[in-house]
Amino acid sequence: MSTSSPRPVAVLGGNRVPFARSGGAYAKATNADLLTTTIDGLVARFGLAGERVGEVVAGAVLKHARDWNLARECVLGTSLDPTTPAYDLQQACGTGLEAAILVANKIALGQIDSGIAGGTDTASDAPMAFSDDLRGVLMRLNRAKTPMDRAKIIASIRPGHLTPSVPQNVEPRTGMSMGEHMAITAKEWGITREAQDELAVASHRNLAAAYDRGFFDDLVTPYLGLSRDGNLRPDTTVEKLASLAPVFGKGEGATMTAGNSTPLTDGASAVLLSTAEWAADHRITPLAWFVDGQAAAVDYVNGGDGLLTAPIFAVPAMLARQGLTLADFDFYEIHEAFASTVLVTLAAWEDEAFCRDRLGLPGALGSIDRSKLNVNGSSLAAGHPFAATGGRIVASLAKMLHEKGSGRGLISICAAGGQGVVAILEAA
Amino acid sequence: MGILGSDPYAALLGTPLGKRMVDSLGLPKPATLRRYAVDAPLLDGAALLGWLDDDHPIADRIRTIFDVEGIEVGDPFDTLPAAAVIVDLSGIAEPGDLERFRAVVAPSLKRLKSSGRVLVIGRPESSATTPAQAAARRALVGATKSVAKEMRAGGTANLLLVAEGADDQIEAAVRFLLSGRSAYVSGQVIEVSGGSAPVERTEWTQPLAGKVAVVTGAARGIGAAIAEVLARDGATIVAVDVPAAGEALARVANQLRGTALQADVTAPDAGERIVDHAHLRHGGLDIVVHNAGITRDKLLANTDEARWASVLGVNLESILRMNDAILGPRGLRDGGRMVLVSSIAGIAGNRGQTNYGASKAGVIGLTTFLGRDAQLRSRGITVNAVAPGFIETEMTGAVPFATREIGRRLNSLQQGGLPVDVAETIAWLSQDANAGVSGQVVRVCGQSLIGA
Repeated sequence: MSTSSPRPVAVLGGNRVPFARSGGAYAKATNADLLTTTIDGLVARFGLAGERVGEVVAGAVLKHARDWNLARECVLGTSLDPTTPAYDLQQACGTGLEAAILVANKIALGQIDSGIAGGTDTASDAPMAFSDDLRGVLMRLNRAKTPMDRAKIIASIRPGHLTPSVPQNVEPRTGMSMGEHMAITAKEWGITREAQDELAVASHRNLAAAYDRGFFDDLVTPYLGLSRDGNLRPDTTVEKLASLAPVFGKGEGATMTAGNSTPLTDGASAVLLSTAEWAADHRITPLAWFVDGQAAAVDYVNGGDGLLTAPIFAVPAMLARQGLTLADFDFYEIHEAFASTVLVTLAAWEDEAFCRDRLGLPGALGSIDRSKLNVNGSSLAAGHPFAATGGRIVASLAKMLHEKGSGRGLISICAAGGQGVVAILEAA
Repeated sequence: MGILGSDPYAALLGTPLGKRMVDSLGLPKPATLRRYAVDAPLLDGAALLGWLDDDHPIADRIRTIFDVEGIEVGDPFDTLPAAAVIVDLSGIAEPGDLERFRAVVAPSLKRLKSSGRVLVIGRPESSATTPAQAAARRALVGATKSVAKEMRAGGTANLLLVAEGADDQIEAAVRFLLSGRSAYVSGQVIEVSGGSAPVERTEWTQPLAGKVAVVTGAARGIGAAIAEVLARDGATIVAVDVPAAGEALARVANQLRGTALQADVTAPDAGERIVDHAHLRHGGLDIVVHNAGITRDKLLANTDEARWASVLGVNLESILRMNDAILGPRGLRDGGRMVLVSSIAGIAGNRGQTNYGASKAGVIGLTTFLGRDAQLRSRGITVNAVAPGFIETEMTGAVPFATREIGRRLNSLQQGGLPVDVAETIAWLSQDANAGVSGQVVRVCGQSLIGA
């Protein structure tokens, strides 16, 4: 057995299409279209046409049955060497980041030298299924042996059977939407409407400023006529957002609106990772090192934890392993599923009792310098095509670290099912 | 090719009824032009070679090319069909010597096959030593341009002026003007001067092998064709276009196995980014094609400041700014090539295109200046421009039918050119072997009547 130590893993760059509001510019694009285009944009940026990379790992959250081999089918549609292997992966909104962790791990172990991690989602082309009743009928029809049997079975179909089964943005075990879950957690932590709206405005302003200074010129490839994220509202203000009615939570204390929650979005992203040697061989300058990754989950069904609070638990575990504190970062990328998700995460880390009782720490994990938070915007402005968010963040953060020339960045992404995926990058 | 299909008149000519109609009405009959293919011969038939008197060093050099290519050299006074006639008149001293032009070319014309070539070799008027010599040398310009208008069936006629001392620099130009690469170049005067020691050996089917070429505006149209032809000739392509064109740009880069660089050429750091990308990703920079350009057409009376500024900004000022980096110490390597895309509108002007015409004329001024820059010449860097005439692109496809038909037919070849014709000329200007051609503006216009 080999005893070689893990190899450093470089983030070389990324690509994504501008994210579109559901039913917008990508209304007719499939997950396969989005992911193929995104990988091809990455290939073009790095001159990889005709090359075989070690592995392509990608996934989608809203996925058609026909897309059972999505990543590999997309690879065959790109300019990559068709002998590039690929597999699908799915961990709700953590899909993109988890894909990067898996690629990084294989590179670190010496199993591959390079890889592409990606994710795609479209709420415009969501799969619909026959109702379970109709499926039962059709399965019986398939098994029927005589024409008479078949006729009887067909005659048993009722109009009610024809209502399709549409995937819903709800937790199967609670029947509550993610927003409704988050509204409860936000209320528990006393997150104010004003704080949420301020965070949302900052997200839009930061993202718009990043586009204006050309930050995304080598991170985004326009698609179907869209060159900036369709959800971006550069001129939004706290006043404008204050006029919106709450959509999640009930009554007096409801604070979550369409303005401080992410909309359903379509898009895809991909990140290129490799060893330092592979990068040098291809004359590509690494932007950052992929240092570590961690997943966690909470029992939001029977336990008291909020659905989207798992990253609160994942981060301290990863920091302890790395011997780092929360203050040791130059950039914090906390995925804005909702503005309140970010604010609850920060509040929990600042709460001495919570950190002591729930995280097993001697005191509060600490507070962060807000000027280092989501400095080029995040999901509230860009939108959030579930599986594509991880790749968006990894590529952007790697570039930010490269621009700065030093330092560390923390990524925190919450996911359905009470999960969270977090990671650390370091400037290369 | 889809673009050919956009010329319904040419399609009509392809039908028996259409051909009879055109014949009886005496309408123009555009020929299918002989275009370059990697495996095509330099000429698809014999070459006729004539000269003035006993001393004919340039004709001898051209004969050597034919020997290498296995092309039969026929006697101008024979009667067999031929693919080209070349007459070396570098030695003419007075108008009386011009009879030799008539004597060689006149009988040959009727023997030329379709897409035939007339290539006249002369010396620049500027270095003439007597009034009679200057007059005779200049006379060749008028003679060649007139013959170009007399050519039929896709034939072209061009004049190559070889400066004293540059006889060993002509091979790339001669090959270009005889081959299908110059399908849509006719009535042109090209000067070969100075240059460095001739390249020992050129692989003529991969003349750009090992070169790194940047093409701006490469996402579509003429820019995409330039990238494709440079890649075919062996270059590694850095395809540059504005971020908004990224989707098409990625397709071009992947198809050519190059890299895509999304950059707005008007950004202050565009030149730096291009140079950095070429160095970091490809180890250097050998060829730059300034092709990116826009139109914002309006009569001058209706042109506001924004329309004026954007066209001048993209088409001219961006090149000046990017050149700070591209011609700087980390930019083009010694022996590098720069080609700028001008336009016939920059030569003749065009109604409703005052801003565009100004920018494209500015490109010519810039080319002429840089082409004679002593420091660049000492580094072996050449700077040339191409000026396309009517080229069949998406842009010209949007022009109203009648205007488009006029633009298409008002040239000696009676048809629009293809993006590949512009690209072939640029690829030729990018060759190492073309070290003696600098500061030239080569029109790719089928000898358009406009601006002639």
